[in-house]
Amino acid sequence: MTRHYSALSLLKEGLTGQKGWQPAWDDRPLKPRYDVVIIGGGGQGLATAYYLAKTHGITNVAVIEKGWIGGGNTGRNTTVVRSNYFFPESVRLYDLSLKLYEKLSIELNYNIMLSQRGMVSLAHTPAEMEMSARIVNAMQINGTDAELMDAEAVRKRLPIHHGGPDARYPALGGIWQGRAGTARHDAVAWGYARAASRLGVDIIQQCEVEDFIIEGGRCRGLRTSRGEVRAERIGMAVAGHTSVLAAKAGFRLPVTSYALQACVSEPVKPILDTVVLSPGTGTYASQSDKGEIVIGGALDRVPSYGQRGNLPVLETVIGGLLEMFPAFRQLKLMRQWAGIVDVVPDSSPLLGESPLPGLFLNGGWGTGGFKAIPAGGTLLAHLLATGQHHDISRPFDLDRFTTGRLIDEAAGSGIAH
Amino acid sequence: MQIFSCPFCGPRPETEFHFGGEAGNDRPGGGASVSAADWAAYLHLRDNPKGTAREIWMHTTCLEVFVMERDTLTMRAQPGHALGSHG
Repeated sequence: MTRHYSALSLLKEGLTGQKGWQPAWDDRPLKPRYDVVIIGGGGQGLATAYYLAKTHGITNVAVIEKGWIGGGNTGRNTTVVRSNYFFPESVRLYDLSLKLYEKLSIELNYNIMLSQRGMVSLAHTPAEMEMSARIVNAMQINGTDAELMDAEAVRKRLPIHHGGPDARYPALGGIWQGRAGTARHDAVAWGYARAASRLGVDIIQQCEVEDFIIEGGRCRGLRTSRGEVRAERIGMAVAGHTSVLAAKAGFRLPVTSYALQACVSEPVKPILDTVVLSPGTGTYASQSDKGEIVIGGALDRVPSYGQRGNLPVLETVIGGLLEMFPAFRQLKLMRQWAGIVDVVPDSSPLLGESPLPGLFLNGGWGTGGFKAIPAGGTLLAHLLATGQHHDISRPFDLDRFTTGRLIDEAAGSGIAH
Repeated sequence: MQIFSCPFCGPRPETEFHFGGEAGNDRPGGGASVSAADWAAYLHLRDNPKGTAREIWMHTTCLEVFVMERDTLTMRAQPGHALGSHG
């Protein structure tokens, strides 16, 4: 019976024929009643279950997932983690996440392969340099790490980048966040699932929510493809499909669903050792530990629930990549895919109790939910355990759309979602 | 490349079109008397349907705005029709 992962257990199992490994998480049936049920077995939902059990001691919890865990956006992103946002509310949220990521492999006893290789956000014009200085100042004031790079610093950091004076998008400098990087996306879902399962959480896969049980104006449970389940409180972390479930629960949200696509090249030897984003070309890239160049860009501009991208955006993204790194012209693409993301008018997440009492939301992450998994899980767990906002989640309540107190990160940090 | 059909120019590549929002999201009348909740609903809340959707699109080369019915899952799009011609 080997449960803990360590060098010692590897050695022991190696000597005894690898027969003692236990499944990472248990396959249990859906019980009729829980304290908390979480809809959505992606990173956000699984992290929520883990923190409910770990931080709040609530272990009578089920995570229900219509497909397989980590098969939605958690398995479809480009694995970048960072906290280079503009507004204090956003930096508090995303920096909490990055700090939790920094300790997550040890906390979960699961290697999420966090690689803080740093991220360069390039500036191509004097105006972009001024905006970069503004964002760097804001990030430093808000207590996260950021440095302004000049052209020489970019040349040193990215020797293969085509950004000299003769380039279409010369690199005048950029923003450097050294703590940013990448993490193995599947491992984040699996690590949280394993740790939550160990604490007693039931993880129910292939269980789709068909309807909400609403009694006395309050959400009391769910009708699922595996039968009815009741709970004191219900959390929902179903990025991309938040509006679909909201419609079943009887309310509308400030969300439009779009496809966000990404692609990877064949693996090559190490050539790019940071994450790099160019606002000029609209493309960002990093190199995975396996050697593949992982490439992403902007949203498809057609609202969609089809988990596949359209060609014009792919062409723009690849065109941008080749403009930045002409050497990549020889690369062959291996895979291209898309995930469906919740796009919210102010490019900030939705956290809080929904218009249906008893049902709590975690959604609206746009293109950036992966980096926020530990924080989103912590905050939804706090909401589900206490019924109250955490200080960090309060600004992201749905009421901001009525009060007008939006946290507009598209304007603040220039993110594309 | 997907082809959308402008009611004025005929079939054209999708890159010539700009999504303008859900059809039927009418601006509330009454100016200052409209409640904050109603304004918020008009400005921000969306049906965001999975499946059949009725949407406003602009053909950015002729600048005409029109209605298009589209399936947001299969991405199949019906030919667009002029605003007001079908309610």
